[in-house]
Amino acid sequence: MSPLAQLLEAALFAAARPLPVEELLTLDPDAGAAAVHAALAEIRDAFAGGAAGEHGVELVAIGDGWQLLTRPEYAEAIERAQFALRPRRLSPAALETLAIIAYRQPVGRVEVDEIRGVDSGAVIDKLLERGLIEIVTRGEGLGRPLLYGTTPQFLETLGLKDLEELPRLEELSVALRPPAPAEPE
Amino acid sequence: MTDPALVQDQNGFVVELEQFSGPLDLLLHLIHEDELDITDLPIAKIADQFLAVIGELGLNQAADYLEMAARLLRIKAQMLLPRRVGDDEWEDPRAELVRRLLEYQQIRELVEWLGVAAARRAEQFGRGFAPAPPAAPPAPLVIDLNDLLAAAERVIALIPEPVLHRVVPRPLDVEGATARIEALLAEREAFGWRDVVGERPTIVDLLSTFIALLELAKRGALSVRQDGPFAPIEIRRESARPAA
Repeated sequence: MSPLAQLLEAALFAAARPLPVEELLTLDPDAGAAAVHAALAEIRDAFAGGAAGEHGVELVAIGDGWQLLTRPEYAEAIERAQFALRPRRLSPAALETLAIIAYRQPVGRVEVDEIRGVDSGAVIDKLLERGLIEIVTRGEGLGRPLLYGTTPQFLETLGLKDLEELPRLEELSVALRPPAPAEPE
Repeated sequence: MTDPALVQDQNGFVVELEQFSGPLDLLLHLIHEDELDITDLPIAKIADQFLAVIGELGLNQAADYLEMAARLLRIKAQMLLPRRVGDDEWEDPRAELVRRLLEYQQIRELVEWLGVAAARRAEQFGRGFAPAPPAAPPAPLVIDLNDLLAAAERVIALIPEPVLHRVVPRPLDVEGATARIEALLAEREAFGWRDVVGERPTIVDLLSTFIALLELAKRGALSVRQDGPFAPIEIRRESARPAA
């Protein structure tokens, strides 16, 4: 591997979080963004195969950064040996609330409550606590309600590069439309 | 079906079911179970089922479910109202509910997608994900009796000396004041407040004298007069008092 790729590999190994390209650029002031991207590709290919075959870890693009992660097929064994634990799964209520906030952001609690048909205050507090959503602004109107949006932590938890990776509403089998034509479910 | 699990939270009790995350979820479940057409809901049937299920699950205490039950019954009633054939103005009372159900169904589909994405991500560990090792237990304490006693003494020295206050009863001397006033009355027709209390009265003297004055005035032995607020008080003997 090139010296730059080796430097980036070392940094990615040392960091416990995804490193954005802007941050990787600070490692070597002489390297440009293009060189960093090329070096990242080099690392990714090195882990993915090459002469020695695949590695147990891979370079993954997450959020706006890059991170070295263990490959999924080893999760079970690693967890069984208690070297690492899979994070607790999000409850359906939490996922519902996250979905609404992800698609409607910035959105207030009242709208979330309306769509879910239940009080969502406690769920929103939990999501705030877990850093998956944040208060982005205050809305217009009565009481200037707090409006929520998703955080980089949200992207990271779902392994997304950005919100564009979420399914488009038109792609869903139930697109939101007036219920005019009867359609057998 | 599972029993509702009660989860306490700062806003009171939140009913969270393994299966349903709200009335819309339950409604969708019923619709899918019976393979009903969501755009042409048999509202009477679904309302009855909904009521039966929330009764069964003990959800008829939960406001969100009750509200939905009420909504369903209202729509059911509206559907029963007669309408003219070919009435173009007629608005389907189910329309709003169907819109919400479709919207919610869309959210459920996204939930599925998000759940899969999160589960997939959870299969990969990054560095530093392992929880920090538990802190080492504190080293065993090495101490001898003298050290222990010295430490105890140091602690005892820190305890502040309790400050005691003696509470002394200072009863009002109304009798004494009464005697003093009566002596003055015997001597003089009229006199002032200052003459009774003296030059440097204590608060107890003042109070005793004032009570004695009022008492004597009540008995009719004297009259008290003050021309204005803070004006000198004048005390006058009251002898010629007509018998009742």
